[in-house]
Amino acid sequence: MAVDILYFAWVREAVGIGQERIDPPAEIATVAALIDWLAARSEDHARAFADRGRLRAAVDQVFVPLDASIVGAREVAIFPPVTGG
Amino acid sequence: MIRILVDAAAIDVAVEMATIEAAGAGAVATFTGLVRADDGVGTLELEHYPGATEAALHAVAASAVERWSLLAATIVHRVGVMQPGERIVFVGTSAAHRSAALEACAFLIDRLKTDAPFWKRETRGSDTRWVEPRGTDDAAAKRWEG
Repeated sequence: MAVDILYFAWVREAVGIGQERIDPPAEIATVAALIDWLAARSEDHARAFADRGRLRAAVDQVFVPLDASIVGAREVAIFPPVTGG
Repeated sequence: MIRILVDAAAIDVAVEMATIEAAGAGAVATFTGLVRADDGVGTLELEHYPGATEAALHAVAASAVERWSLLAATIVHRVGVMQPGERIVFVGTSAAHRSAALEACAFLIDRLKTDAPFWKRETRGSDTRWVEPRGTDDAAAKRWEG
């Protein structure tokens, strides 16, 4: 099922786009698996995701750990740790 | 009453104060954060996650309203490009007594630093860099747990 992927801050800059709609294989069931799958798709994705420890994620706009499920998700965001306020 | 605003426009403190005072409580506390001018920063840019940011700020405000029985809680946050000296964030609380208003105000500013999806990018001269998270922000947010 198609899912919107959003990127923010330096992750967005490294990937080169802020948003894309993709349709990952059904066996991609977690954020971490999605990141691995995306990293294999292009050099830009691979570079953006090189250090998994610096990545954070949200599924349908809720912050989640990288081992969280994406089954049924409509929107997954991948970004650096927040620095706001 | 909870008011959340994430906007590129300048923060009008007079308008925000009037809104909080209109809640009619005995105590109002506010915090204003400014872009620091003393460390060579030329501009500060705030990126956020539209929709998720407002939801996160609303959740933090709702938890403060419940915990301190607030009559009003306001969080106004700038996004986009700012100059040193400009207001970046305004937090206001209204409660029956000063201790609740002050504590809730401190809680809101501590928690929004770690709970809301904002990212800062600083420009110094020709150098532009994303700001790294600070451990002191995590520690400040954690003191409200339990």
